[in-house]
Amino acid sequence: MRVVVAMSGGVDSSVAAALLTEAGHDVVGLSMQLYDQRETSDGAPAFGSCCSLDDLHDARRVAHDLGFPHYIVNFEREFKSTVVDNFLREYSAGRTPIPCVHCNADLKFSTLAERAAGFDAAAVATGHYARVSFDEDLRRYRLQRGKDDDKDQSYFLFTLTQDQLAHAMFPVGHLTKPEVRVHAERLGLSVADKPDSHEICFIPDGNTARFVERHSPQVPSKGEIVNEEGRVLGEHGGVHHFTVGQRKGLGLSTGAPLYVLKLQPVDQRVVVGSRDSLGISDVSASKVNWIAGSAPDGPTRVTARIRHRHRDAPATVESTGDATAHLRFDTPQIAVAPGQAIVFYDGDEVVGGGWIDS
Amino acid sequence: MKRFSVRIYLDFNATAPAAPGVIDAVCRVLRDIPGNPSSIHASGQQARAVLDDARGVVATLIEAAPSDLVFTGGGTEADNLALRGAAEARESSGRRHLICSSIEHEAILNTLTGLERRGWRVTRLPVDRSGSVSPTSLASAIDEETALVSVMHANNEIGTLQPIAELADIAHSVGAWFHTDAVQTVGKVPVSVRTLGVDLLSLSGHKFGGPKGTGALWVRRGLRLHAQHTGGRQERSRRGGTENVAGLAGLAVAAAYARASMAQHASETARLRDRLESAILETVPGSAVNGAREHRVPNTTNISFDGVEAESLLIALDLDGIAVSTGSACSSGTLEPSHVLQAMGLPAAHVRSSLRFSLGPQTTDAEVDAVVDRLPRLVEKLRRLTHRATHLVGAGAPTRGTTRDAVRGDT
Repeated sequence: MRVVVAMSGGVDSSVAAALLTEAGHDVVGLSMQLYDQRETSDGAPAFGSCCSLDDLHDARRVAHDLGFPHYIVNFEREFKSTVVDNFLREYSAGRTPIPCVHCNADLKFSTLAERAAGFDAAAVATGHYARVSFDEDLRRYRLQRGKDDDKDQSYFLFTLTQDQLAHAMFPVGHLTKPEVRVHAERLGLSVADKPDSHEICFIPDGNTARFVERHSPQVPSKGEIVNEEGRVLGEHGGVHHFTVGQRKGLGLSTGAPLYVLKLQPVDQRVVVGSRDSLGISDVSASKVNWIAGSAPDGPTRVTARIRHRHRDAPATVESTGDATAHLRFDTPQIAVAPGQAIVFYDGDEVVGGGWIDS
Repeated sequence: MKRFSVRIYLDFNATAPAAPGVIDAVCRVLRDIPGNPSSIHASGQQARAVLDDARGVVATLIEAAPSDLVFTGGGTEADNLALRGAAEARESSGRRHLICSSIEHEAILNTLTGLERRGWRVTRLPVDRSGSVSPTSLASAIDEETALVSVMHANNEIGTLQPIAELADIAHSVGAWFHTDAVQTVGKVPVSVRTLGVDLLSLSGHKFGGPKGTGALWVRRGLRLHAQHTGGRQERSRRGGTENVAGLAGLAVAAAYARASMAQHASETARLRDRLESAILETVPGSAVNGAREHRVPNTTNISFDGVEAESLLIALDLDGIAVSTGSACSSGTLEPSHVLQAMGLPAAHVRSSLRFSLGPQTTDAEVDAVVDRLPRLVEKLRRLTHRATHLVGAGAPTRGTTRDAVRGDT
């Protein structure tokens, strides 16, 4: 069976490709070039300072060593129009986006999957720490957390449809990171010792505000910091500098520590308050995807995660209509940021997820 | 690797396999003639003789005098020497204007962009829909400050032959020098520096069966270029550095073979190319040839497949054992939209759906048949996928349970 492996040049997707090769599959490696690698005239790379050429080289090297074909596909246009533009729009709207989800949903498991089908591939595999399996009783696919609690990436995959899951493989999902590294060493992969990658690949220096300003020059660069009563406490350089729950970088000198509670892009206000005011129990989400293909009947007990590093907390979720849902946490959760994803779990299984509106 | 067992190679404009005798010549020199051509002693003299012979043979291929040939490390270096060498040599006389066509190889375009940043004025001539530079456009761009005009003999992507002699006349009328990058013609079709009327001509060894890393710049006698590789007195001080004796011996063998077999190969390749082209146009709906079908090298055709990403088609063909190409690859090896097709005024979608097929002396009727047999189905499949929703084909995909277990069973 021919399987296309999305290869980033990192150790996870390299081991994924290696395991599929060992299992006898006809592996084809594809790496996505996502942004222009050439330097601009002033010597600065188009996006960030990028190690990405090295990553592509690493992927090519691994493919050659394992003996399967590897191609680099140019997804610059798609990446810009689906991932980067959305990222800029969200930040300008006072939300905190997760580009990785869009990259998975709109590139790896759609555009790349479409290309893969053109090459007669039966599946697309990635190096994600997540598990997919077919439930014979329910006659549908299930998406589960990766075995490695610390590396689990199921949060980034909540948008996958049954059709996409039917053609998805996560060969390292049943392994822990140390086990993956052992495989890499056993196989003599050149990337065995490679450190884990950045969270946002196209902003390697982590300075998202500067990235937003460079790519959306029209973004407002001035506004007021107010408390919950509306009293002005100071000024700021644009709401795109802030994320709900943020404490550092407010530039205020007050007695008690203050946190960002809310971002109001229309009047460019950043509302701050004490940690007590940060807790939220009720969350409404839109563009909700239910892994089963349809929403559960009535209120359902789940645990829910509101950001990648959040420890999921008990809650009750209920569908409120066309791809929307309402969720109530048993206890208030700190820093629920609009724009982030909320993902519902039943134990290890992903029930569904959506985008946090409020 | 399994995928390389049966291959059909239709990418001769990228590089050609070694011509008969080339490998033996390279090995023989490496083994038996270890000397440095600059050395006085017998061993050096032996190496010098190899180099002299090679220069004579390569010069004959382009009807030039051996002493006017500067050996280089390939076509790109020859282009750099021509452009930078001429620009710097003519700078002091107030000639700071350079002209090229907009469909030149990157070796020309990027070199001129570099000179532009350093203060030279650069004009890039447009081409028409057929891919030709018009003499009128050169005549209106050129002026008394023009130091050099560089227009390629044949384009690497579409194969169009340019009216070099006519363009060179125009350049000379105002005292400008004329360079042509003949990397895609030398060894494939008769090239004579006498009838072309140029002042500088670049050639590359590996495009016609010589070793990679060999090439030459022909320089009209009396022209003084600024050397770009300064060092020893090699190549009459025009290119310092110990010569690639073994490689150049191989280049000479390829040149001799090309000269002897050119007429036969050119007509045979043209026949196969025309057959491939006609069959594709006939069997693949929505296919069209880019550029003029007359006035081009005999081995090249560039075809667009409406509604298909050429990148996908190229990969699908490769997985089927057929090697073709699109425009130039960028640093990472992905495809960039062809600047040549863009300059011809083709719409972006059309550019992204174009593939280059370039044939060579080794191409056979059976290979053409195989391509014609597989191509229509691949195009049809890719078109279907592009037009449907964004997920994988369900039909034909095996049940997945067993394969997953196989992978998971690994630990």
